[in-house]
Amino acid sequence: MPPLLMINDLLVKAGETVLLDLPELTVERNEVLVVVGPNGAGKSTLLQVAAGLKKPARGLVKFSSHPDLSELAYRRRISTVYQSPLLLSGSVESNIASGLKFRGIKEPEIRRRVDFWMDQLHISHLAKRRSNSLSGGEAQRVSLARAFCLETELILMDEPFSALDTPTQQELLRDLREIFTRTNQTCIYVTHDLEEGLAIGDRVAVLFKGQLHQLDSVAQVFSHPNTPEVAAFVGVENIIPGKVEKQLKDLAQVRASGWLFDVVSDLAPGTAVFICLRPEDITLYNISEEVKASSARNRLNCKITQLIQQGPLTRIYLEAGFSLTALVTRPSAREMDLQVGKEVIAVFKSTAIHLIESSNKGRP
Amino acid sequence: MQNLIDGIVRAIQLLLQGDPEVVRITLLSLEVSGIATVISILIGLPLGTFLALVQFRSRQFWISLINTGMALPPVVVGLVVSIFLWRSGPLGSLNLIYTPAAIVIAQVLISFPLAAGLTISSLQQLDPRLRVQLLGLGASKAQMILSLWKEARLALVAALIAAFGSVISEVGASMMVGGNLKGSTRVLTTAIVLETSRGEFASAIALSIILLGLAFLVNFALTTLQQRRK
Repeated sequence: MPPLLMINDLLVKAGETVLLDLPELTVERNEVLVVVGPNGAGKSTLLQVAAGLKKPARGLVKFSSHPDLSELAYRRRISTVYQSPLLLSGSVESNIASGLKFRGIKEPEIRRRVDFWMDQLHISHLAKRRSNSLSGGEAQRVSLARAFCLETELILMDEPFSALDTPTQQELLRDLREIFTRTNQTCIYVTHDLEEGLAIGDRVAVLFKGQLHQLDSVAQVFSHPNTPEVAAFVGVENIIPGKVEKQLKDLAQVRASGWLFDVVSDLAPGTAVFICLRPEDITLYNISEEVKASSARNRLNCKITQLIQQGPLTRIYLEAGFSLTALVTRPSAREMDLQVGKEVIAVFKSTAIHLIESSNKGRP
Repeated sequence: MQNLIDGIVRAIQLLLQGDPEVVRITLLSLEVSGIATVISILIGLPLGTFLALVQFRSRQFWISLINTGMALPPVVVGLVVSIFLWRSGPLGSLNLIYTPAAIVIAQVLISFPLAAGLTISSLQQLDPRLRVQLLGLGASKAQMILSLWKEARLALVAALIAAFGSVISEVGASMMVGGNLKGSTRVLTTAIVLETSRGEFASAIALSIILLGLAFLVNFALTTLQQRRK
């Protein structure tokens, strides 16, 4: 089946500044494509272009089934939800009906859809309430109902829950995921919050400075980031440049900062790489301890430079000729008597390391 | 003080008698200022909307010009319109000087900058993201503008009130371009000036009471409209 939306050779500029440069991006039918990236990555620009509200300097965004639509006809195949609900004055039900009225839908059909989507979003009891008397969460539910009741092929969401408190955010995210599953609605969902993206998305597009760095399944982006930028964005805190020195039957030996790391990888000797290691994959031992019990192949002697308490965990900054970050539980940190200046052994498995070729910069 | 009391008593008598001249002056005032207000809104609302929503190079200049126009002295407008409509002026051939139409023209020039300027500020007070949201909901450009007007209706009715208030109470321009001709271009404000200058305080007070009553009634109606379902 052809994709729902195709973006080809897209270039968006503000003056001479390139906001977005996307050679290709497709949105498949029935998928939730999450677009993540830090501020200024071009996420909202992508959404504006996809919504037909911003003209690119170059390139095309089109529905594969309807490639030649007028601007208004294109916009009417899409509905949008923004961070701020931006409700009109009037009642909840009149707000939900607004997009349907713009499309000239007949009153009985408007009634049916408004009632149905108020029920789906659990806001039927708010139908007659004035929009300015709603809480943030209620207003965003109205905004969602207003978009869903248009029953468009594509919904665009721009950080819809980022202005809400965490419990409300979680509740809405759960309800939204349920609606997506039930309706097979296609959606481009923009967020800077990776966890939110992971919770809702089927595929993830990671943008940095207007460039697409990776487009993959949620699991793949998390476990196999394509570029150092993506790795850092998905929580890999230890990114060390190095070079493959030897290849021993799918076990690469990588030289970095004077240490030799064993990594499960088939990369050829001489390949310049970045070693990616999550802080939670590092185990710390006291120098005096017997480490033989661990099957992990990589062991580094380090010195603790800083300790930061983070809820139930302690983040430990280490010096091993390069900076390394590890996470241990608070009881473990207490038990090991971890303090600044103390020498420890950092241990991690060869499978815990993910290698990124240095040539992978700014492309999927 | 006695003048004032006598004036009020005489005014009440005049009003109760339904003096034909007073009725004619009142109706002409309403007609002239009503037409001028409607034309001002017809010019000011689209112009203000355009300046509020469309970005272009000289936009700031035009908004400044409109804002200056909001404080335009009526006598200056009267002077300019007189020069244009004077028999030997550029538009003299239209024979409009000293006609109600000339007063309408002058009053439109006084009030349309108010209508445009208040439209600009009322639309600019709305969240700019609302436009994007309306388009994102599938509104055509016209539907978007109608929705924005609906959202800004309280401020837009205030613009209507201000436009009507500025012309119903204006005297300088009406006097200069209308000439205060009895039975033809005499309106409430010019009649009040004339009666006062003749020492006919009772008539002047009677006309003032009508003017104030009229202004109140129109404003009351517009305010009711404005505050409905606020």
